[in-house]
Amino acid sequence: MNTAELLERESFVELPARARVERLLDAGTRRELVGPFERLSSPWLAKQDIVTQADDGVIIARGTIDGTAVVVAAIEPAFQGGSMGEVGGAKIAGALELAADDAAAGSPVVPVLLLETGGVRLQEANCGLAAIAEIHAAIVALREFVPVVGVITGPVGCFGGMSIAAGLCSHLIVTREARLGLNGPQVIEQEAGIEEFDARDRPMIWSLLGGEQRTATGLVDARVDDDLTAIRAQIAAAVTQEPGPLHRTADIATWEAMLDHIDPAERAEAGDVRAAFARYFGGCHD
Amino acid sequence: MQTLSLEYPAGDPPPRRALAGVVGSGDLEVLLEPGSAGRSTVAVRTSVDGVNEIWTAVIDRIFADDNGPAVAVEINDFGATPAVVRLRIAQAMEQATRQSDGATP
Repeated sequence: MNTAELLERESFVELPARARVERLLDAGTRRELVGPFERLSSPWLAKQDIVTQADDGVIIARGTIDGTAVVVAAIEPAFQGGSMGEVGGAKIAGALELAADDAAAGSPVVPVLLLETGGVRLQEANCGLAAIAEIHAAIVALREFVPVVGVITGPVGCFGGMSIAAGLCSHLIVTREARLGLNGPQVIEQEAGIEEFDARDRPMIWSLLGGEQRTATGLVDARVDDDLTAIRAQIAAAVTQEPGPLHRTADIATWEAMLDHIDPAERAEAGDVRAAFARYFGGCHD
Repeated sequence: MQTLSLEYPAGDPPPRRALAGVVGSGDLEVLLEPGSAGRSTVAVRTSVDGVNEIWTAVIDRIFADDNGPAVAVEINDFGATPAVVRLRIAQAMEQATRQSDGATP
């Protein structure tokens, strides 16, 4: 994206989560479920003297995208790092379970998940983790019937248990600024030591966890610029796609073959990872 | 975390409720609902301790008009400056009092 295009485009990343939902859905179709005025905020944060947000940082809305019925779940990255607490997690899990009921009843609703999240909210520990597990199960059940579309735009990225949710999505869209990884850089550094992973080395972090690398290794289906129109177009195309015959996370034999040939004693660079994925999953795509 | 409750004389309630802002660093969330006629209430929860006097002064000024819309306001604050407080309340007030556009928050 050159400077002129940067100035022309409308940023998606700079929009708060509720505005993202509003701009993605066809005008006038948005119907928010369990909205902020229901005041289902976190019961745990208040006990720990932390100010809550009325919607617990998760926006759920029904509507259509270019005529396709969807349910959008958007995580607000500015509130507690987009962390998943009991309430926010239950809202997403509940929305996915309702979508599964709809699919079974023959009126499919396609879930679109805007996953800007550091993972589980540490203050809510197991309650958040339980909700994330429910989200995983719901995605796996749903993707048999409808595409489950995940979107990560950055700069928070998508980490922890929610990175697994992103991986389970049948269609994942990212920007170059987005990061996707199980553990965040600082967690890896803390656990494995600075020789293993230097969390200050931003080029290294993006070379391994960034949107470009995740696209090149085939863990992501589409990479877009931070442009509302472009992101909306990618999502609109994804929600009408037929589910593929074998999801990448279901191809366990290939994963096992790849893992057998990886030596964890050797430090993997971005190029090695791309080569390994190309060998076992057939060709990098950029 | 500190809490603060304030009350002001007001005119008639606005036609609808409104939401502005998020509970993010330097920002705050305003939940604004039609109040009972003649009375506005403001409940603040803030992450910053020891600034209740500043909060009172800022909100006093915003609600200085005795004939303003009667609203019940709830604020969840994460370290917003007085300028941001004013802006977010004004945004919510504008949405709540605007003539019908069919949108519901």
